Amino acid sequence: MALDKPYADVPGTTVFDADMARKGYHLNQFCMSLMKAANRDRFHADERAYVDEWPMNEDQKQAVLDRDYLRMIELGGNIYFLSKIFASDGKTFVHAAAQMTGMPEDEYKQMMLDGGRSPDGNRYIGEK
Amino acid sequence: MARVTAGVTSSHIPLIGRVIDTGETSTPYWKPVFEGYEFTKAWLASEKPDVIFLVYNDHASAFDMRMIPTFAIGCAERFNPADEGYGPRPVPVIEGAPDLAWHVAQSVIQQDFDLTIINEMDLDHGLTVPLSLMFGQPEAWPCKIIPFAVNVVVYPVPNGRRCYKLGQAIRNAISSFDEDLNVQVWGTGGMSHQIQGKRAGLINKEWDKAFMDRLADSPDELAEIEHVEYIREAGAEGIELVMWLIMRGALGEHARELYRHYHVPASNTAVGHMVLEACD
Repeated sequence: MALDKPYADVPGTTVFDADMARKGYHLNQFCMSLMKAANRDRFHADERAYVDEWPMNEDQKQAVLDRDYLRMIELGGNIYFLSKIFASDGKTFVHAAAQMTGMPEDEYKQMMLDGGRSPDGNRYIGEK
Repeated sequence: MARVTAGVTSSHIPLIGRVIDTGETSTPYWKPVFEGYEFTKAWLASEKPDVIFLVYNDHASAFDMRMIPTFAIGCAERFNPADEGYGPRPVPVIEGAPDLAWHVAQSVIQQDFDLTIINEMDLDHGLTVPLSLMFGQPEAWPCKIIPFAVNVVVYPVPNGRRCYKLGQAIRNAISSFDEDLNVQVWGTGGMSHQIQGKRAGLINKEWDKAFMDRLADSPDELAEIEHVEYIREAGAEGIELVMWLIMRGALGEHARELYRHYHVPASNTAVGHMVLEACD
């Protein structure tokens, strides 16, 4: 029997459940490797060579090289693990979050200053 | 005997740690966040807890995909701040309370909660940011700390009802410890926030306020909130609020709200902070 996923109708949200964890295992463990300074240096010196050391699929590797965080989430990345990538780039959670929404960073920051994204119209897929 | 006297809740946003460590707390953006903790700093100085039982979550620092304990209790004599990818925070070593921690582990496991016992782990911003918010930048933390890590990062995470009941079991455990200790239980994380996907940036002030309104007097109602409601109403990362329910369970049946602070935004998050007194 398939797992119950009552959260599947929440728009713009990927819940990191068992299926995503399975799918993203190697991507997330690659991220963890960046907790070590020596690995960060090797990654930044030759990103392609470093990602090739990990049993990720090509889509996952390309999303890392492109710093496409939304794609990495779709491919099983967990945001707290992915944070090791943008931390190693000297970027913040706000940078990554803004990129995933498709908004310029300054516009995203202003939205947060104005009280954040309203839940109204954002609770269900297709909600008006 | 040891007594649970009070509970504290607080968000644990990582950027707050950076702002404290670099001395930027009085900028116009940050000042309202930190001012909201002044009451608690003074209150803690007079309360002088001996031990803080600190419920938090690890953010892929001590635990990664190799090992994901649902509930983990730190029983070591001391813990170091974690290197989260940009060097460890310049904060004091965290002194544990191993005798009480082992007692809680034994008692709570016998009350049917399967805790993982941890004797070596580094502690990330989930634990150190609330300490910094509440105690500032001391040479040493003024009390012992028992780290209690809850998995809210990889689903399935424990539901609110189970967390609330776990808090009650923790209260039973602490209350049966033979030393005369003033123990506080802190629950960290929240409030509404979402830091992933196209819906990132979600904040729900009305929902957060209603959650705070019910924490002291109607925790049974809060314990019935399902995962999907947290996700839908408080954002994917709002699920951290189940940790507030562990704190609330540990205060016993009756609790009184002493203080609250709420501010939007800090980074991507609604900051929520409360102080509750145990009244049983």
